[in-house]
Amino acid sequence: MELPVHPAVAAQLDRLTIPFNEYGLDEFGVSKKHLGVFYTPMYAAYEHYLRVTSFGTENVPSEGGALIISNHSGGFAFDAAMILCSLLMDHDPPRHAHGMVEYFLHKWPFASPMLARVGQFTGIPEHGERLLNAGRLVLAFPEGARGTGKLYRDRYKLVRFGTGFMRLALRTGVPVVPTAFVGAEEAFPTMLHLKLLAKLIGAPYIPVPPQLIPVPLPVACQVYYGEPMHFEGDGTEPDNVIDGYIREVRAEIRQLIDAGRAARPSDFMLNRMPDDSEPLVRGR
Amino acid sequence: MKVLITGITGVIAKGVARRFLADGHEVHGIDRRPWPDAPREIGMHTVDIRKRPAEDVFRKVKPDAMIHMATVTHFTTRFEERYRINLVGTRRLFEHCAKYGVKQAVFVGRHTIYGAASDSPLYHTEDEPPLGGSTFPELADLVAADMFAASALWRWPELNTSVLRFVYTLGPGRRGTLATYLEGPRVPMVMGFDPLFHFMHEHDAEEAVVRAVHHKLRGVFNVAGPPPVPLSLLCSATGRRAIPLPEPIFRRSLGRFGFPKMPSSATPHIKHPVVVDGSAFVKTTGFEYQYSESQTMEGFRWS
Repeated sequence: MELPVHPAVAAQLDRLTIPFNEYGLDEFGVSKKHLGVFYTPMYAAYEHYLRVTSFGTENVPSEGGALIISNHSGGFAFDAAMILCSLLMDHDPPRHAHGMVEYFLHKWPFASPMLARVGQFTGIPEHGERLLNAGRLVLAFPEGARGTGKLYRDRYKLVRFGTGFMRLALRTGVPVVPTAFVGAEEAFPTMLHLKLLAKLIGAPYIPVPPQLIPVPLPVACQVYYGEPMHFEGDGTEPDNVIDGYIREVRAEIRQLIDAGRAARPSDFMLNRMPDDSEPLVRGR
Repeated sequence: MKVLITGITGVIAKGVARRFLADGHEVHGIDRRPWPDAPREIGMHTVDIRKRPAEDVFRKVKPDAMIHMATVTHFTTRFEERYRINLVGTRRLFEHCAKYGVKQAVFVGRHTIYGAASDSPLYHTEDEPPLGGSTFPELADLVAADMFAASALWRWPELNTSVLRFVYTLGPGRRGTLATYLEGPRVPMVMGFDPLFHFMHEHDAEEAVVRAVHHKLRGVFNVAGPPPVPLSLLCSATGRRAIPLPEPIFRRSLGRFGFPKMPSSATPHIKHPVVVDGSAFVKTTGFEYQYSESQTMEGFRWS
């Protein structure tokens, strides 16, 4: 059964510079066909449901490796899917990013092959390093499940950042693009967690929003890409140096989030924010 | 050069033997199984690698290079026997090499020793520990044999040892772990999983072994051919029908209903990929694979 692929998605996929072989696969097993099937519903949500606007896409390099580092929120990783969509549909030239995925997802049947065919691999340093060295974009959320698992009362708080991404950036010499995703906290305001059920299925938590179903509310969202940050070093620095660098990235993301929130007419805004809004992405 | 090949009646070993013969080298082979139609120039020794007559072959032939391809898997041999062949056999051969002045030893191993798990890296490099035995106990002897062979590097520094960790091989020979799994018209898969399978053509594998000897290769190397493909594609391209089964049923169906006979602990290898980075071998030996993934699968399909 052939699933339909949105023509705009197909056109952007054709422009990707990823070398696909005769089966439409790249060296990591990413399948062009699966990308079409994955991006089509995501793009529909991006355009018509969550009405995402991207700002500062010019800050994401057009070629070569880079680490997209974002805040993580919204119960489950739909913010990741929207950032992926933004990079494919709104970046010129289109880019496909590889998300660093929670360990448990690749244990699950159906989730594992689907994620693998669209290049979303388990978040281990080996994967990040190989992808970055191959000139790919890697999307990581240093807050991990701690970020998406936040309750609504803690919205837009940045919880502890993992340090792996910074060592990866230093080891591979790629820039870090600080990124903020705004709107996911309102689209999926988590009220409580189902702990027992989560334990049973091997997930870190199961969020319960007021709408009770695991579908975000149709709240308009925005994604802001900050200017790429370059750090000196080779990844062997002591933890206090790395922590200092991470504080810089964190501060940058904090600023993007605050400016992005201030620009929203209301927390639960429904209309798409126009592209020509005042650019909020400030240089460092 | 005098080359001694153990396990010479295997499909790839025969190919390696023919390549050395064609290049004008003297070839000897050890195997318990006979090779009745072996080329006349090959010195066949129908002995067991673990027994004394095998040492006599080293004593008389005095080979310059030894290629060890006499390891066995769970597909062919029972548990205890496997340990004796893979471990005791490997140890004896390396001791003979050291004792009788062999200059180059090549251990032909497998990439599956890295193990398959949901959180293991997609491309394994040679510096990673082989975790295959942790989920798949039937691999433990091959892991140990690989490690023992690598220990020859410090045990007998004057003996140039290379340990080659080959991806699955496939081709008209229709032998080997992957060919056995794909033997029937219907291939069982674990429902909800479609891992990448890494394989190369058997002729490319032969060439890689030959190159290891000619380049006096020293160290541990992954050997791979074209990039991996998903199992579902591997099944369809080889004319098989993939039958997805829920995991508990998959485990119970092995060896029944015409499905391949394999231990249920092999299940992680049907759920998660084992893919290796063969770039170090390519860089050191200049090896280039000649058969693409489609040629390899078609070659197996129509043989």
